[in-house]
Amino acid sequence: MYETHYHRASSAEDAVEKMGTADDGKYMSGGQTLIPTMKQRLAAPSDLIDLGHIDAMKGITVDNGKVTIGAATTHAEVASSTELGSACSGIASLAGHIGDPHVRNMGTIGGSIANNDPAADYPAAMLALNAEIMTTKRTIPADEFFTGMFETALEEDEIITAISYQAPQKCAYAKFPNPASRYAMAGVFVAQHADGVRVGVTGAGSDGVFRHSAMEDALNASWSSDAAAACDVDEADMLSDIHGDAAYRANLVKVMAKRAVEAAG
Amino acid sequence: MSEGIGARVLRKEDKRFITGNGKYTDDVRNEGQCYAAFVRSPHAHAKVNGINKSAAESMEGVEAVLDGHQLTGDGIGNIICGWAITSKDGSPMNMGAWSALATEYVRYVGDAVAVVIADSPANARTAAEAVDVDYEILPAVTAADIAMNSDSPQIHPEAPGNLIYDWEIGEKEATETAIAGAAYVCEMDVTNNRVAPNPMEPRSAVASYDASEDHYTLYTTSQNPHVARLVLSAFYQVAPEHKLRVIAPDVGGGFGAKIYIYPEEIVCLWASMKTKCSVKWTADRTEAFLTDAHGRDHISTAKMGFDANNKIVGFQIDTIANFGAYMSLFSSAVPTYLYATLLSGQYDITNIHCNVRAVYTNTTPVDAYRGAGRPEACYLIERMIETAARELGVDPGELRRNNFIQEFPHQTPVIMAYDAGDFAANLDAALAAADYAGFEARRSEAASRGKLRGIGLSSYIEACGIAPSAAVGSLGAGVGLWESAEVRVNPVGTIEVLTGSHAHGQGHETTFAQVVSDRFGLPTENIQIVHGDTDKVQFGMGTYGSRSGAVGMSAIVKALDKVEAKAKKIAAHMLEADEGDIVIENGEVKVAGTDKTLGWHEVCLGAYTAHNLPEGLEPGLKEGAFYDPANFTFPAGTYICEVEVDPDTGTTEIVQFVASDDFGTIINPMIVEGQVHGGIAQGVGQALLEQAVYDDNGQLLTGSYMDYAMPRADDLPSYKVSHESTICPNNPLGIKGCGEAGAIGSPPAVINAITNAIGNNDLSMPATPAKVWAAIQATSLKEAAE
Repeated sequence: MYETHYHRASSAEDAVEKMGTADDGKYMSGGQTLIPTMKQRLAAPSDLIDLGHIDAMKGITVDNGKVTIGAATTHAEVASSTELGSACSGIASLAGHIGDPHVRNMGTIGGSIANNDPAADYPAAMLALNAEIMTTKRTIPADEFFTGMFETALEEDEIITAISYQAPQKCAYAKFPNPASRYAMAGVFVAQHADGVRVGVTGAGSDGVFRHSAMEDALNASWSSDAAAACDVDEADMLSDIHGDAAYRANLVKVMAKRAVEAAG
Repeated sequence: MSEGIGARVLRKEDKRFITGNGKYTDDVRNEGQCYAAFVRSPHAHAKVNGINKSAAESMEGVEAVLDGHQLTGDGIGNIICGWAITSKDGSPMNMGAWSALATEYVRYVGDAVAVVIADSPANARTAAEAVDVDYEILPAVTAADIAMNSDSPQIHPEAPGNLIYDWEIGEKEATETAIAGAAYVCEMDVTNNRVAPNPMEPRSAVASYDASEDHYTLYTTSQNPHVARLVLSAFYQVAPEHKLRVIAPDVGGGFGAKIYIYPEEIVCLWASMKTKCSVKWTADRTEAFLTDAHGRDHISTAKMGFDANNKIVGFQIDTIANFGAYMSLFSSAVPTYLYATLLSGQYDITNIHCNVRAVYTNTTPVDAYRGAGRPEACYLIERMIETAARELGVDPGELRRNNFIQEFPHQTPVIMAYDAGDFAANLDAALAAADYAGFEARRSEAASRGKLRGIGLSSYIEACGIAPSAAVGSLGAGVGLWESAEVRVNPVGTIEVLTGSHAHGQGHETTFAQVVSDRFGLPTENIQIVHGDTDKVQFGMGTYGSRSGAVGMSAIVKALDKVEAKAKKIAAHMLEADEGDIVIENGEVKVAGTDKTLGWHEVCLGAYTAHNLPEGLEPGLKEGAFYDPANFTFPAGTYICEVEVDPDTGTTEIVQFVASDDFGTIINPMIVEGQVHGGIAQGVGQALLEQAVYDDNGQLLTGSYMDYAMPRADDLPSYKVSHESTICPNNPLGIKGCGEAGAIGSPPAVINAITNAIGNNDLSMPATPAKVWAAIQATSLKEAAE
């Protein structure tokens, strides 16, 4: 790791101010991707501004079916939340299967979404849940937030403060882990809302997380695992690498969609 | 409770390991210590046109920036391969030059070209990044079969066509004739995948030069510190042997990768003399992936012929072995004398012929990895016999039994003479433990849950305790393969055993102490095992090839014989009895048939006070011994793997794994079971998960755990392990060895089970979910077409 300077922000405003005085600063919220990357000398920020201790950005509320999760809330907190367990267990279950206990106790939902790793779990949930990403500047619909692998609509001095969504009627996530990294080789989040089904897919797409409209149409027509399994998944949209080719990933998307529908009930 | 042979004594060494008190090489902290960072080639093949060190030299904390021209200028010798193989045309093997720091050419990604010595790891690494190497990139080749093509890049001038040797064993014509006349011939192409060794502790070295004494000390992660010292002094001329102390303290796993003497140890020693600083280097995990010698990487085509009675009449094999960019220390022996000599398996085969071509490629050097050659042989034979059984429509267990060697000793046509075994006993025990007869019912039940259930067998044999020295010498080995031991009895009766074996996870401190405890009836807590330091242990060949039980402990037994004989002489004199009537048991020295008794400690004290010794007997009680075995030992057994495959995703779950092994005498069943568990985990890793993958440019794509899949606890089942032992007639304890069996026997059992489950035999290791799913699709398409 190259030398860096660590700053603990007390508020989102304080973080933005600290970033303004940094040479080549980087926000950190859990650091479960950033710190290993720095250890490998693949990232060398002059300053780390830690968002993980901002109380206003922590916690989970469920109000009339409206779920709000602070950006600095850890995966472990989401996984163990009793409110989420009853209002939207799909996201709690997803959080409980991210990485390992160390990652879940350090990593945060805001950090994961801002990083938008193409194999991360939360972005698929954000798309399927039609979440709003609340920042220090504005509210961004999930559909407009994820703009490509490791790319988001966030501006340089913009920080995610929370995410919010209306709990769906039912939802679930199924992922097939990469045998090596255990990141998603294909992760599918299905959510049935009052106004229709939304399906978010992570890990498998050649350009990062995406909504699978054909799968949404199929499940709108018939909410069943058979409908998911019968849906056409275009190999041309799929990633191909040493762990699996596009045909395999296309199959996994179908199988994970089917399993997610079964889990959602 | 007895702590002798056969007792499940808890591992003495675990207290310090579990409490974080192990002392590893990286724990060594010398005053004024500096740190080495290596400048490594990012290219698989390139000409080095120049190295500009000036920017790095002026950076903070930098003591020196050293390159290969300085190294060779100081007379440091090239790295050697210690086993000379002669090609079938009589020509010697074509070994290319390997300098610890490359001068003119780099030949794989990770090849070291320079080293920075600085006051901190960070400063060393930052300066290493500032060393400007002018590379002229050359085409690279990574696959051994392609490397032999005439238009492939030439890697070493000494090896035309990248061919190191073209070697054969067995009778070619007789084998061809036998196969031509066979009623049925099984033909297969079999690849043994390249794996990275991944010991938990990465390699590390701390070298110090004492100018006042003109003496060097090297702490290093070695499985064989004496061999390291010998090679460093005799061949690399880093320091004379009597001026070099090599210490291999606690070592966190070896698996073969820590046998060899790598460029880093040579450079750290040399740099400590150049800079007059103690120099430390510890690999990070990426360096481990890039530079620890890889394992396996064989491509074979083979034919196994059967007569009308389903007896094997001939076995012909053509193997291409990928050696990587340089010939590592024992690389040449692996696909020859450690592989082809085991190609008879457990079977009575009159005609065997194997041809092996060893080939350079622009990849990490390949050498012995847990099993070393024997897993490659076992995988080939056991995949083929299982396939033959399916094609012949006979039970795979019965086809094996039909061909088992029944009488011992048995001379195979490929050098090895098996001394003892009962192959059917292990097959029967495994079949019973696996409820083989009930498999079809389990398969049906699994099918009702949508799972494809399969069962696969593997009846392996291997050879441990490579020996005898004269024989391996005649086959080209540069060293002898005996072992030494010294037993020092203290005046109070406690004992230190100095052994040339080295423990890096095996539990020698416990098992070796049990052998001593068994002899004199002393508690193991009174026995200390000393190893890993060339200043303490006079010489030793180290630990690899499952040799520490069969060879290392045999040396201890020989030394104990001498100690016992002398103690009896002293006791007989003290007790005024006949030497032949003295017995030593339960910590007491007695005259048989009388109540005359001395405590063990009293006899020991008598040896050292020397007040009342037999006339002419030297004081003291300390004896040494060297043991050179008469033959290899031959552990064997049958493994049965049962899997369930999810046809939707291709995921394999191992639902049952049975191992029945013949290891000869077992000193500590708990430790032996642990070795089998670990070995199977490693074999399952190779079969299901692990592969070192290069792209066409020679970049290692699996350079971290993000892409290289190691087996985790949830990839593995609970094992059913049992033993059906025959005693090895060639060593005093009757031990065969157990360290590698699990890794040798398990991969074919796993693949045989999966191919049985999915009904497609065309499946290579690692059988990842993606590959298994594709194989299922291919089967479905084929069935649909029919």
